[in-house]
Amino acid sequence: MSGHDSKYFSTTKKGEIPELKEELNSQYKDKRKDAVKKVIAAMTVGKDVSSLFTDVVNCMQTENLELKKLVYLYLINYAKSQPDLAILAVNTFVKDSQDPNPLIRALAVRTMGCIRVDKITEYLCDPLQRCLKDDDPYVRKTAAICVAKLYDINAELVEDRGFLESLKDLISDNNPMVVANAVAALAEIQENSTRPIFEITSHTLSKLLTALNECTEWGQVFILDALSRYKAADAREAENIVERVTPRLQHANCAVVLSAVKMILQQMELITSTDVVRNLCKKMAPPLVTLLSAEPEIQYVALRNINLIVQRRPTILAHEIKVFFCKYNDPIYVKMEKLEIMIKLASDRNIDQVLLEFKEYATEVDVDFVRKAVRAIGRCAIKLERAAERCISVLLELIKIKVNYVVQEAIIVIKDIFRRYPNTYESIIATLCESLDTLDEPEAKASMIWIIGEYAERIDNADELLESFLESFPEEPPQVQLQLLTATVKLFLKKPTEGPQQMIQVVLNNATVETDNPDLRDRAYIYWRLLSTDPEAAKDVVLAEKPVISDDSNQLDPSLLDELLANIATLSSVYHKPPDTFVTRVKPATQRTEDDEYPDGNETGYAESPANAADGGASPPTSSSSVPYGAARQPAPAPAAPAPVAPVPDLLGDLIGLDNNAIVPADQHATSSGPPLPILLPASTGQGLQISAQLARQDGQIFYSLQFENNSQITLDGFMIQFNKNSFGLAAAGSLQVPPLAPGASRRTLLPMVLFQNMSAGPPSSLLQVAVKNNQQPVWYFNDKILLHVFFTDDGRMERTSFLETWRSLPDSNEVLKEFPGIMVSSAEATLDRLAATNMFFIAKRKHANQDVFYFSAKIPRGIPFLIELTTVIGNPGVKCAIKTPNPEMAPLFFEAIETLLKA
Amino acid sequence: MAGAASALFLLDIKGRVLVWRDYRGDVSATQAERFFTKLIEKEGDPQSQDPVVYDNGVTYMFIQHSNVYLMTATRQNCNAASLLFFLHRVVDVFKHYFEELEEESLRDNFVVVYELLDEIMDFGYPQYTEAKILSEFIKTDAYRMEVTQRPPMAVTNAVSWRSEGINYKKNEVFLDVVESVNILVNSNGQIIRSDVVGALKMRTYLSGMPECKLGLNDRVLLEAQGRATKGKAIDLEDIKFHQCVRLARFENDRTISFIPPDGSFDLMTYRLSTQVKPLIWVEAQVEKHSRSRVEIMVKARSQFKERSTATNVEIAVPVPADASSPNVRTSMGSAAYAPESDALMWKIRSFPGGKEYMLRAEFTLPSITDEEATPERKAPIRVKFEIPYFTVSGIQVRYLKIIEKSGYQALPWVRYITMAGEYELRLI
Repeated sequence: MSGHDSKYFSTTKKGEIPELKEELNSQYKDKRKDAVKKVIAAMTVGKDVSSLFTDVVNCMQTENLELKKLVYLYLINYAKSQPDLAILAVNTFVKDSQDPNPLIRALAVRTMGCIRVDKITEYLCDPLQRCLKDDDPYVRKTAAICVAKLYDINAELVEDRGFLESLKDLISDNNPMVVANAVAALAEIQENSTRPIFEITSHTLSKLLTALNECTEWGQVFILDALSRYKAADAREAENIVERVTPRLQHANCAVVLSAVKMILQQMELITSTDVVRNLCKKMAPPLVTLLSAEPEIQYVALRNINLIVQRRPTILAHEIKVFFCKYNDPIYVKMEKLEIMIKLASDRNIDQVLLEFKEYATEVDVDFVRKAVRAIGRCAIKLERAAERCISVLLELIKIKVNYVVQEAIIVIKDIFRRYPNTYESIIATLCESLDTLDEPEAKASMIWIIGEYAERIDNADELLESFLESFPEEPPQVQLQLLTATVKLFLKKPTEGPQQMIQVVLNNATVETDNPDLRDRAYIYWRLLSTDPEAAKDVVLAEKPVISDDSNQLDPSLLDELLANIATLSSVYHKPPDTFVTRVKPATQRTEDDEYPDGNETGYAESPANAADGGASPPTSSSSVPYGAARQPAPAPAAPAPVAPVPDLLGDLIGLDNNAIVPADQHATSSGPPLPILLPASTGQGLQISAQLARQDGQIFYSLQFENNSQITLDGFMIQFNKNSFGLAAAGSLQVPPLAPGASRRTLLPMVLFQNMSAGPPSSLLQVAVKNNQQPVWYFNDKILLHVFFTDDGRMERTSFLETWRSLPDSNEVLKEFPGIMVSSAEATLDRLAATNMFFIAKRKHANQDVFYFSAKIPRGIPFLIELTTVIGNPGVKCAIKTPNPEMAPLFFEAIETLLKA
Repeated sequence: MAGAASALFLLDIKGRVLVWRDYRGDVSATQAERFFTKLIEKEGDPQSQDPVVYDNGVTYMFIQHSNVYLMTATRQNCNAASLLFFLHRVVDVFKHYFEELEEESLRDNFVVVYELLDEIMDFGYPQYTEAKILSEFIKTDAYRMEVTQRPPMAVTNAVSWRSEGINYKKNEVFLDVVESVNILVNSNGQIIRSDVVGALKMRTYLSGMPECKLGLNDRVLLEAQGRATKGKAIDLEDIKFHQCVRLARFENDRTISFIPPDGSFDLMTYRLSTQVKPLIWVEAQVEKHSRSRVEIMVKARSQFKERSTATNVEIAVPVPADASSPNVRTSMGSAAYAPESDALMWKIRSFPGGKEYMLRAEFTLPSITDEEATPERKAPIRVKFEIPYFTVSGIQVRYLKIIEKSGYQALPWVRYITMAGEYELRLI
């Protein structure tokens, strides 16, 4: 059935457009049809044929369905650029929507919905109304989707004309395909509306479950996805729903299977009977396993989802680890994901087999995969205490192969194993030292140096080993320098002989005078002062026992996991990120009305304006396994700084205390008044201890404002606080000053904070993980959100001219836009005052139609500026915020901040 | 949770847009093309790239088929499984239309391609992908007739895969039971994975709207019916059905009932993870002599009953990449060195059960090697074969009843075959 359309591409001689124009107006039908095909061919290869608009539209009135479709296609592409001429097509559209042939009726509404021109949209309403009630299901199913299209262009119109009600009626349609499309349309409309539009009652539920048996595979996916939002009233209802959904697990379409799994998992949360749950787990395992025989791309999605599922329900696949063993021909992205799951499923029972596999992978050719396999062995050692020894012997075998990157990776994981099982496996240090000179990667070097320093007393020639590194000290990367510094100090404290004494001089000199790395210098000064003031104290600090690290393979935060599980099969579950971190709804460019010159002077483009195309979303989800959210609830096996220095707050506090009096005496601000702080650790989780906290800016300084409430029966004392690595390197600048809290007492305190201490890698995130301990209770971990506006510095004001210049100098890709439909600015003055109070400086204001446009500037530390444009109608809901900044990856954080500020 | 594709792109091997359809107007072709060409350039081999990639607010998902990439773009949190699976279905539709999906066939049929893109997806939501029914109302030039008066009922019917009014003089059904054996043996000779994936492939040439009912020796069903199983029944672990099978009915009483599509389709697939004895066992011994030559000895043994015979057996034995001057002898079949895949391909046309064959090969090796060389990729021995008239699982079609209101008699033909799937032995 091969065609010969390629001939239409081949007319590229000069004068093509006039020639086409002539042919389009030919009196012969066939010639006109050929001409339209040539036009479409030209359009396909990206030529601009918009100038033929009138001539093409003249061919629209035809009996020939093929020709009609081509003209419609042309219209979809060019109507936006010729809005005034597009109106010419309206008559034919309206006529076609009443054609006796349902194919043509459907085609007409479908196409009209795709033309994003206001003038056309007005005329769409009547045909759409008719088509929603058409006799033919094919027309109705098309009309159902068209309502969603119209809502996307003009939501008000849809509500005013009662299309939502008609759409809801279609849920009871007797045709399953119509029902499915109506569900898809309603679900999308609901997503973009704050009002409850599409609420699933138990009545709709049963209707939709019935339609499930009859509609196409794609329709089944729409319905299952929509229904997974439904919250069953009780366990019995949940069981009933599950019973009707389980047959879908047998469907050949894997999207149907995954959506069914999602729905079953959701309902399982409510089911109390352990028998039922066990039975369901048993039922879900085989279909999940079978997904691994699908196409590799589908396997990838399935594996990312299985990764989530086993975190919540490890039993489902506990006995299926073998199906995740990598096949020779699996694409690398499938192998990587399989490895992750193997680690999660590894147990004392299967570890021998798993290790054999990892060992096999460690000799493959793909370097990244090999490294991951070696790391996997280490992670299993940390996870399974009883298997640790076997894991280590495999690692030693691998080190003996002497493949450079395998050795380095092995040393990195062995360091973590030492931290997990202190004083257990040091006998292997000798073997490690043999590979010393092959190390060339910073992380491996740093790890090895850490090991030498930590066990200096057991390594006879520790001083020689370290000394060999010292020669190249100035050239080493910072990570290695920091480790060398710490290791040398440890060595000196453990063996205070002449050799180490000289070494420490050299190192301290190098690390203070010779370097311009502030982190290194600071750390060196701390050691220096400690050693010179009180060597015994130095010993207590530097050689203090380190907290034991633990398994991080079930790493996702439970609430995040909940959210991701509710999003099974979707992109969110593939990225392991909540949808709002990457969903970017941009309004497709409708025609721009008037002078939008200031401040973005880009041309009105057809497809989209670069401003709109810019990413309003968050950190690009790196779809590899390094999920930033997982980062750490524990003091993770921090590869960069395992030395105890930086994270111990007391020490840092004391030191700064020696230098100046930056510490804010706790009592100065420690009153229980002030605005209430958000509760981060509720008393129910904190065994009676409630902690509320928020970052705040005061007198140009950043503070962590904390309130402790002791609702327990005992007095709590010895409070300490620690912050995990975060995007801004926020850390405590002093120690936490909280007096012993008697039962019932509460205390408020301000903790001074510093920036850029222990920065986490990866895209910026607002996550701030906090650990608080006291002498009576276990360590409490909670998450806080960093609101960017606390960082806004008071030197962020920009002159009008420099604002304009900066705006122009930044590329359009640095502009990010976000709308806040729910926010209303009721008074400009009040808002400006409030923003000014947080160092968001007002620059200019202008009127644009009935909208007010405000310009602001702000700056965060390290001199990163934000140029801000706010557009709103005073007194009406809806604020549009566009920003330009050299660091657009900060945009999501900025929007969070501005949303809070505007809502306040 | 709702979400749909913004656009669907068909790109050539270099990542340039051949044909695209814009469904939502929020991702432009230039933007997508720029992203994708960059991706291909950067990675060199897109096979190694995650099939779901985020770039500048847009998520791209793609698959490759011959020299064409199919890609969707979206700004929403759409159903990734559904869209990727949809892309594979689109390949099937195009293949049905143009026999082969490649750059040339897309160009040659761009008018139909546009028509199809308009019909299979609306506003980014997958709509309809039954190629056979689509071709009833979207036709290529050669078959185009006057205006179709309405879409086929099937498009919106509950039976969306079959049109009414089909007529055959002779009503026949062909049912092929095909089982693929997947096996993974580790370097200790232990079987670490073994499963069987079976498929019931049907070709139907039936008139009207036939109601079919298929009976298998399914243990659950037979036991429920209280029949003696006499060891003949089998346990099917995970069964997947074509959308024509009534799933709720199967859930209730394990009856497989359906109205089949016309022509060929996979009625069901199933999986068994019971350990099976490897049908063909291969052992290899490699001896390296003083860095100058390597000797390989391979033994292949068939471990099934003598009355069956494996055909088209092909054993791929990996050899070092720098080996040369092969010298091969076999006790059966022929062997050829395939340097492009660093393997020795041993082909045996007919391999009866209970037999053992040998192969000896010698290669010369260069006397010097690169010190820094990364270790040799350790490929497994891979085996391909087919064994007709035999299934590993012992599955049997007990009956296939076909009832149509006109009351014709239809003839069902059943065949059984077992073949190697992912059959890997890491023994070298």
